[in-house]
Amino acid sequence: MWQKYLFPEDVKEAVSILSSSNGLARVIAGGTDLMLDIEGGRHVIEKLVDLSRIEELDQIREENGIIKIGANVTCTKVATSELIQRKAPALSQGARKLGSKQIRNIATIVGNVVRAQPAADTAVPLVALGAVVEVVSANGTRTMKILDTYGAGFAESNIDSTSELVTFLYVPAHGEQEGSAYVRLDKRKALSLPVLNVACKISLAGETIKAASIAMGPVGPGPRRAVDAENALAGSNTSAENIHSAAQLVRNQCDPRNSLVRGSKRYRVAVISELAERAILQAVACAKA
Amino acid sequence: MKKITVNFTLNGDAVEVSCEPDKMLVDVLRENLFLTGTKIGCREGECGACTVIINGDAVNSCLIPAAKVMGKEIQTIEGVADKGKLHPIQAAFIEKGAVQCGFCAPGIIMSAKALLDKNRTPDRGEIREAIAGNICRCTGYVKIEDAIRHAVRVLNEKSARGGEK
Repeated sequence: MWQKYLFPEDVKEAVSILSSSNGLARVIAGGTDLMLDIEGGRHVIEKLVDLSRIEELDQIREENGIIKIGANVTCTKVATSELIQRKAPALSQGARKLGSKQIRNIATIVGNVVRAQPAADTAVPLVALGAVVEVVSANGTRTMKILDTYGAGFAESNIDSTSELVTFLYVPAHGEQEGSAYVRLDKRKALSLPVLNVACKISLAGETIKAASIAMGPVGPGPRRAVDAENALAGSNTSAENIHSAAQLVRNQCDPRNSLVRGSKRYRVAVISELAERAILQAVACAKA
Repeated sequence: MKKITVNFTLNGDAVEVSCEPDKMLVDVLRENLFLTGTKIGCREGECGACTVIINGDAVNSCLIPAAKVMGKEIQTIEGVADKGKLHPIQAAFIEKGAVQCGFCAPGIIMSAKALLDKNRTPDRGEIREAIAGNICRCTGYVKIEDAIRHAVRVLNEKSARGGEK
C-alpha cells in the first residue's frame, strides 16, 4: 500500500511528482475502482497523487459548442448538470446509472474512462458522442479519441496513470436537430454491471438521418462502434422499419464472451439489437424534441 | 510506516487523527475515533453499511482513504441525534419497524439524511434512488421506504410549525 498521499496544487506539480517517482506514484481521482485494484494487488504504489485540490479540474463548461469536463467532476455532477442533460443527454443518463448514489458522489467520469472497463456507464455514451480526452505528461499535452485510450486487452488503458493524467474531456454539445440516448440491460437497477449497454447519437435533417453514432458494450475488450448500423442509418429516413432493420446490423460488430456475471454470448447477441433499436428510437425522439 | 496527521470536522467538532497513510476512512472512524456505528459489510462499496456524509453527500467510507478527507465535514450516525433526542428519521425507523437486525440501519439512515437535507419533498423514486446503494437482507425495504416517507412528513410538519428547518 502507499506511504505518501499527496495533493498537488496544479497539473504541472502533479506531472512533476509522477515523472520523478519511477512509476511508483499513481493518480487518484475518485478512487472507487483504484482502491479495490490496490487492495487486489493490481498495482504496486508508493505515492498517491490526489487531483481534488486542482480547482481548474472541477469545471463543467461549454465553450464554442464543446462541453469541457474536468478530471474531478463526479458522476453525480454530470448526472445533475442542466447543461449536460440538455446538450449531451446520453452522458447524463449513463452517469445516473453508474453504481449507486454513494459511488456516483465520489467516482469521476474521467476515472471511468481511464479504468477502461468494457461497459463503463459513462465511457460508452462518451464514445457515441465523439468525445476526446486531453492527456498531460512530462512530454507535453495530447488529445485522444475515447476509443483510442483502450488497449488491446481486457480493462487495459493506453493512458498510464503512473506518468500522465487526463485533465479534461471534451464532448461535442448537441446542436439543432441532434439527440442522444443511453440504454442499459441489467439484473438489478443499482450496483450491477451492465449485461449490455448501448448509446446512440443522431443528427437529423427533417425526417432524414444525417448521421448516426452507436457505441455498445461489453461486446469486446472496450466499447465498440456499430459501424454497419451507423452506415445503414445515415441518409435514411426515421421510419420504424428503417430503424428496426439497421438495429439488426449491430450484431456484426458484437463479439461478447460467455460470462457468468453478464450472461451467455448467445443470449447477449440475441438481445443487443433490441437494445440498439430502443437507443436509436430514443435518440431520434430526443433530436425531434 | 510513518504516520500522517489528518484534520477534519466530525459531527460538528474539529478532530485531528494520526494514522497510517493508507488507512481507510471507515477504519479511522472505528479504530481511531471509536465510532463503531459506521459498519463494515463488504469493504468494496457494494453494501452501503459504511455510508457517511461528506460535505453533504452520502459516500462509502470504505472506499475513501482517510488522507483524502483532510479539511472536509463528515457526519456519521453518531452525530445524527441532537443531544440524545433522536432525529425524525431515526424515530421513524423505530416507529415504522424499519429495523430488524439493524446492521444496515446506520448506513441507510445516513443515505436518507443526505437526501432529506437537500430535498424535503422527495418522491418515491428519489427515495429509492437514494437508498439503492444500501443492502438490507432482513426487511425487504418496504418498511424502510415507509419510514423515510414518514420522516419527510414529520420534518415538514415541524417546519410548518416554525420549528426545526
